[in-house]
Amino acid sequence: MRPEDETELARRLIAGDPVAFDRFVDHFRAKIFQYSWLMCGHREDAEEVAQDTLLKVFESFAQLREPERVRPWVFRIARNACLMKRRKSVYAPARELSLDELMPARDGEGEGRLQIADWSRLPDAQALDSELHDALGRAIAALPEIYRSVILLRDLEELSTEETAQILDIAEPAVKMRLHRARLAVRQTLDEHLRSGRQ
Amino acid sequence: MTCQEIFARLSEYIEFDLPPDACREIELHLAACPPCIEFTESLRRTVELCRGYRPAELPAPLAREARDRLEAAYRDMLAARAKPGNR
Repeated sequence: MRPEDETELARRLIAGDPVAFDRFVDHFRAKIFQYSWLMCGHREDAEEVAQDTLLKVFESFAQLREPERVRPWVFRIARNACLMKRRKSVYAPARELSLDELMPARDGEGEGRLQIADWSRLPDAQALDSELHDALGRAIAALPEIYRSVILLRDLEELSTEETAQILDIAEPAVKMRLHRARLAVRQTLDEHLRSGRQ
Repeated sequence: MTCQEIFARLSEYIEFDLPPDACREIELHLAACPPCIEFTESLRRTVELCRGYRPAELPAPLAREARDRLEAAYRDMLAARAKPGNR
C-alpha cells in the first residue's frame, strides 16, 4: 500500500469508517509482524508485538495530528513494543561494522581487479527465486541489530532519514552511516552468494 | 578522490543526497574507474532488492478475541473524540 493510501485510510479511520478499521488492521498487522519478526526472530513475540502495537495505536489514535505521518507513527509504537519484549534476538549479536571489512577484496596485490560478482544476471526483486530471496533474508538477519533496525525502516519500509531518526531516537547522520554499512554488508553477502555460483 | 573515499559516500550518492560538488567529484572518479562503476551498480541493485523484500512469514489469522479487543479500543477512541472539546 502506498503512503498516500495509508494516509487516506487513517483519515477514514478517524472519521469512523468501519471498513477502514478492518483494512487498517489487516495491512498494519502484517507489516508490524514482519518488522518485528525481522527484528527478533521469534514468531510468538512478533505476533504479540503486532497486537500490542495495534491496541496502543487505537488507544492513542487521537494523538496522530498528521494522518500523512501514520506509517512512521505506527512504527514508532511498534519499535517501543519490540523493546518491551526485551527477549534476546535470535539473530546477529551486537557489534560495529567497519567500512574496511565491507570493501570488496582485490585480485592480487595493490590495484588488482575488485572481486565482484556479475550482478547483471540478477532478476528484479519481484522475480527473485526462493534461493536468492532466502539469501537476502539471511543477509538482513545477519546484520547486527543497530544496522538491521535502520535498513528495515529506511529500505524495506521506505521511511525517510528524519522519520527513522525519530523512531530510533538517534541523530540523522547516525541513520545515514548505519544505513550505508547495512547496505554494504547485505551487498557483500549477496555478492558472495552470487560468486559461489548458487545463482 | 580515491576508491575508498567514493566507497564511503555511495549510499548518499545513489540517493542524490550529496552536495553538487561532491557529486561531481564522484562522477569524475567513476568515469575513469570501471570497478567503482561495477561496485556502485551492485549497491544500487542491493537497495532495490531490499526495497522489494518481504519475508515469507505472515501472522496467523487474527483470533476473534484479539480482534474484539482492537475494535473495543477503536470504538473507545471514537467515543472520546466525539465528546465536546475533544476534536
